Amino acid sequence: MNLADTLQFASGSLRGARTRTLLMMLAMAIGVAAVVILTALGEGARRYVIGQFSSLGSNLVIVFPGRTETAGVSPGMLLGQIPRELILEDAQALARSTAIRRYAPLSIGAAQASNGALNREVVVLGSTASLLAIRHMSMGEGSFLPEGDARIATPVCVLGSKISRELFGAQRVVGSWLRLGDRRCRVVGILAGQGMSMGFNTDEVVIVPIASAHQMFNTRSLLRILIEANSREQIIPARDEAERILTERHGERDVTVVTQDAVLATFDRILSALTLAVGGIASISLAVAGILIMNVMLIAVSQRTQEIGLLKALGAPPAQIRRLFFVEAAMLSLLASVAGWLLGELGSSIIGHLYPTLPVGAPWWAVLAALGTALGTGILFSVMPARRAAQLDPVLALARR
Amino acid sequence: MIRLEHVCRSFNVGDQQVAALRDLNIDIGAGEYVSIMGPSGSGKSTLLNMIGLLDRPTSGTYRLDGVDVTALDEVQQAQVRRDKIGFVFQFFHLVPRLSAAMNIELPLILAGVPPEERKPRVAELLASYGLSNRADHRPEQLSGGQRQRVAIARATIMRPAVLLADEPTGNLDRATGREVMTLLEGLVERGVTLILVTHDHEIGDRAGRSLVMVDGQLESDSKRVAP
Ligand SMILES: Nc1ncnc2c1ncn2[C@@H]1O[C@H](COP(=O)(O)OP(=O)(O)OP(=O)(O)O)[C@@H](O)[C@H]1O
Ligand SMILES: [Mg+2]
Repeated sequence: MNLADTLQFASGSLRGARTRTLLMMLAMAIGVAAVVILTALGEGARRYVIGQFSSLGSNLVIVFPGRTETAGVSPGMLLGQIPRELILEDAQALARSTAIRRYAPLSIGAAQASNGALNREVVVLGSTASLLAIRHMSMGEGSFLPEGDARIATPVCVLGSKISRELFGAQRVVGSWLRLGDRRCRVVGILAGQGMSMGFNTDEVVIVPIASAHQMFNTRSLLRILIEANSREQIIPARDEAERILTERHGERDVTVVTQDAVLATFDRILSALTLAVGGIASISLAVAGILIMNVMLIAVSQRTQEIGLLKALGAPPAQIRRLFFVEAAMLSLLASVAGWLLGELGSSIIGHLYPTLPVGAPWWAVLAALGTALGTGILFSVMPARRAAQLDPVLALARR
Repeated sequence: MIRLEHVCRSFNVGDQQVAALRDLNIDIGAGEYVSIMGPSGSGKSTLLNMIGLLDRPTSGTYRLDGVDVTALDEVQQAQVRRDKIGFVFQFFHLVPRLSAAMNIELPLILAGVPPEERKPRVAELLASYGLSNRADHRPEQLSGGQRQRVAIARATIMRPAVLLADEPTGNLDRATGREVMTLLEGLVERGVTLILVTHDHEIGDRAGRSLVMVDGQLESDSKRVAP
């Protein structure tokens, strides 16, 4: 019996039992689609978080005040001690390291910003000119904070695009004066609209020189220091040197230096585990589909024992009968799982359209696992009972009703 | 051609053994026309299934063309069934989803005969059994007589030497039964060995040789001189 005849015979018997075929295809397709869609969502969440992190800057090393243990709490904090603050001179001392390309001190506060009658509360970031490059921000108009001695409180500011729109509207912005808390500063530039990035909207900040921020908020401490290493290979040396320099200056290790990669890796691990868990839940539906397939196939084959008996009586050897059933099951499972896959991809792309910020897309391992499981159960549960029927004596098979 | 020696067949029903055939010795030559008659439950079908290799004897030997077929393995037996034996069943056993032509073609497909050779052979049989205009009908769209003719066509398409028929007219009215018998007897004239199980004496008496079975044994074996 040649291949074309085998395929034709198998597809004929699939078409002959239309309801059964459709039912099985539906069950299998839904199982596969569920796995594809759910893992696509999980993977989307993972990619979203990683994308957010990468948009923060590359080769990034971050210094926090206080010694954070793995648990996330420093022993000092538990004892009610306030860790030694991080100051501008600490940041400037980092310039000694050869692994560090640039650094930006960062402090944060809130103030009332006003232009004539228009006013609103804004987040004020104090930093230096390097922040622009380190955080991968770009200018919409004008220029960023001026280079120069970070200790000088130049009365200038850079506006987030939304703040600029809200306070100045169609007015000329660059060159105008803005009242910020109890001081006035000249707007030198507007950031290009960037939107949310790690829960921090750069469209809604006002950036001022670090010294101005310290004066406004009457403090000298830094929230953190952002460091950009020279290259990817220099991230670890940059981290170690920053830690060494600051320990030296403070006389003890009272800062935490993390690389963005490490943070990223942690998130990556958590979210991969999440995707796996969600995929696991989805595979339950695949298992249910498998059991349904098993039952339907058991019934189907026992209904077809007579047909098997007839084939034997006409001189088909058992191997040929097994092959017919195998081809039939393979066709059915292949069609169904590919249909389920397409359905899943369609579903995820619809979700992707509804939530454009979420980069949904099922990971290849999930697609492979879903297709493999569907094909495996479909074929196994069809071929097993057929195999048994093919071993019966033809009279017995023929007599079965 | 067909030689049964001390053939027994018993079935296990629960913890009881039911003997369907007891120590049968039968010789059937090539080209013979044999009818098997006897009361219900006497083992006629069991005997025919045995000859058709659809069933195996519990003990004894069965030679077909000198070959001890009981000793063959499954694959070889399948080959013998395919090449030497045609079977016509009381309940037709057509594949419901296939057309008449496809049902007739089935043994050729299973045997791996190439398509260009199959089509003319099927067309020829359809024509000679008066089924040309029914080729594309499915079994449910055919009358009983037409179904049995399709079944006979299917049994003969491989040009077997032996044709076995288990009550081929059992489900047909008298007139249709006669048509089917004419068809089968036409095959005998062409040299096919026909073995036929029937309850109908009128039909059984037409055969050149009549076996009567009772209780799993041969009660009589009578040859008639050709009329
Ligand atoms: N699969 C089976 N299991 C158990 N007993 C069986 C089986 N097949 C046949 N028998 C028994 O073997 C005996 C002979 O059966 P067989 O079918 O050969 O009779 P028969 O002569 O063809 O009868 P009928 O004219 O009614 O068709 C019967 O007693 C029957 O009960
Ligand atoms: Mg019978």
